[in-house]
Amino acid sequence: MNEEILKNIADSLVNGEPDDSVKYTQQALEIGLEPMQIIRDGLMVGMNVVGDYFARGDYFLPDLIIAADGMKRAMELLEPELVKREQRLETPGVVVIGTVKGDIHEIGKSLVATMLSANGFKVYDLGVDVPTENFIAKVKETHADILGLSALLTTTMVVQREVIQALVQANMRERVKVMVGGAPVSQSWAQEIGADGYAEDAMGAVKLARTLVSG
Amino acid sequence: MSKAIKSISNPKLRVDILSEDEVRQIHNSTLEVIESVGVRFPSRKALEVLEAHGAKVDGERMIAKIPGDIVEKYLAMAPETYTLAALDESLDLPLDGNHSYLGTDGCGVEIIDAFTGELRRTTKKDLVDVSRVADYLEEIAFHWVAISAQDYPAEVRSLHELEAVWQVSKKHVQTESIVNAREMKAAVEMAALLVGGTEALCQRPILSIMQCTLSPLCHDGGSLEAGMIAAQAGLPVGFMTMASAGSNAPITLAGTLVVGNAEVLSALCLMEMVAPGCPVFYAAAQTATDLRTGAYTGGGPEDFLFGAATNVLADFYKIPLSMGAFATGAKEPDWQAAVDNSLSAFMAVSTLSDMLLGAGLLHGSRILSYEMLLMDAEIWSLLENMFHGIVVNEETLALDVIRAVGPGGTYLSQKHTRAHMRERWMPRLMDRRPYEIWQRERDGARQWALAKAQQILREYHPQPLEASLQRELEKIIASASIEQG
Repeated sequence: MNEEILKNIADSLVNGEPDDSVKYTQQALEIGLEPMQIIRDGLMVGMNVVGDYFARGDYFLPDLIIAADGMKRAMELLEPELVKREQRLETPGVVVIGTVKGDIHEIGKSLVATMLSANGFKVYDLGVDVPTENFIAKVKETHADILGLSALLTTTMVVQREVIQALVQANMRERVKVMVGGAPVSQSWAQEIGADGYAEDAMGAVKLARTLVSG
Repeated sequence: MSKAIKSISNPKLRVDILSEDEVRQIHNSTLEVIESVGVRFPSRKALEVLEAHGAKVDGERMIAKIPGDIVEKYLAMAPETYTLAALDESLDLPLDGNHSYLGTDGCGVEIIDAFTGELRRTTKKDLVDVSRVADYLEEIAFHWVAISAQDYPAEVRSLHELEAVWQVSKKHVQTESIVNAREMKAAVEMAALLVGGTEALCQRPILSIMQCTLSPLCHDGGSLEAGMIAAQAGLPVGFMTMASAGSNAPITLAGTLVVGNAEVLSALCLMEMVAPGCPVFYAAAQTATDLRTGAYTGGGPEDFLFGAATNVLADFYKIPLSMGAFATGAKEPDWQAAVDNSLSAFMAVSTLSDMLLGAGLLHGSRILSYEMLLMDAEIWSLLENMFHGIVVNEETLALDVIRAVGPGGTYLSQKHTRAHMRERWMPRLMDRRPYEIWQRERDGARQWALAKAQQILREYHPQPLEASLQRELEKIIASASIEQG
């Protein structure tokens, strides 16, 4: 019974059925499985399969995003239970992310946020058209390891530099790694403005984030 | 002096991509989306206009739902044909439904230097140079702002870009980089100065304006307000959807057409509400998302199909189209670039899209390559020849000549051959040399394209804009800069 439910949880992620992830997670809690076991032997097993399929090119982004949604909704059930038991999940790092002031392009930034979350990062997504001071305040408040800045326009990519300068002025530049992205952004731009890294797509951003927190 | 523009007209080839009934279904679905789902217009000014003209407005979410009959009423006010004027009248582009014109692509952020081969960020000087080459090429009918003048401050950069093109070219300019009211006002002033006043500009719009929508079903507030000012000044205004199947539009191509159509039509309606009868155009560069990575594809069968289908929609609305074609995702002018740019251009021309964008950029419109620009011009020249099709009449059936030559003779010595031989296409970049010459030289299209670009850059210096006019343009830019503070 236990094994079957855990397998159902894993399968629900692999099959892209978030409603099932919620249903079986609920059932697992009802029959008394420990939240940590549900995560380790159910949800993580499913996410790893999805990740493997994606890495070998059989799965596409919607497979990943829908699985991440199932994972997220299951975790909403499990988190209060973890709190009750004074347990917590380890995270590779805390990320504050947003599209810079003057720019309202969302999709690339949100994709990066989703992929980072799906890979265990704790992500605070501030949305689009984010004032520079809000980035600074959120990094301070959350003790973020990484700040992600997105810009799609040639006229707004300069704001990425302004945010980095604001970090310097607030004496916070050493405390947080900055990664930048967006269509007009390049590796050379990242270097020029003193960012710590650039990635061209969401998977690249996850790899970069892992490197930045371990380095 | 620029050569006469090589447009494509009276094509004999046609691709039949959407039936009347299918267009009708797309249209009806689009009206339903605009009326029941609505479109976000994040501009108080735009929402006020829409509400005053019968749209239901949710002020908090900034979403307007426009009833279908109102959409149709205002679209019907748009002129079916008009002319994109040029500073030199002989370079005017009549949008009469019987021409396809090629423009440059935009707005690149890096350039491969023609002389050093270095990949670097673009400057205003680069834009002047690229515009000179585009001015030289007969295949290029109009300019987009091909690359960004990144050495100028963001708040007046779009105006410097216009000034850079006008310095060296009298062809029509369609700018895609003005996204707020302040810069738009200054641009109108600049264009009016060059043609002798605002009234003259209405008669001869030497500048047209392209704004982007924000899929799915959103607009940008600054773009809307810039568009309204341009429409009131009589400049042709277009809105471009870049809906991307699978990410910001449905994965199915018909659904992507509907989402993009709703964006474009809702914006064009607004233009007709603020300036009834103003010239507008449909603009589109729909694509499919690469769902393995989320990447912009910049090519592929979906793009090619959209290229042909969108003009069928624009024709249904009796509005000219500015269509994204060329603009390969390839990193070099290579096999991928040739496939992308040939097929996308072919399909867009197959339904006679009015304006095609655009030549010269690589890596999904990010990197300008002079080689690519020359190669794209060659593709255009090839298509121009192809779309004449096969003409069948007494003269072309050539029975007299066949009789005269008889079995086993040669047509090389016939006057008929000499009279028609210039109709056959002659390449500038295709390699038709003997193999042993190629073995010795080991060169080809890329080297020849680059050499030609270098030659144009060294030798072609079109008559510059009068110094007094240029000073006036600079003054307008300076005051727009002060206004920004």
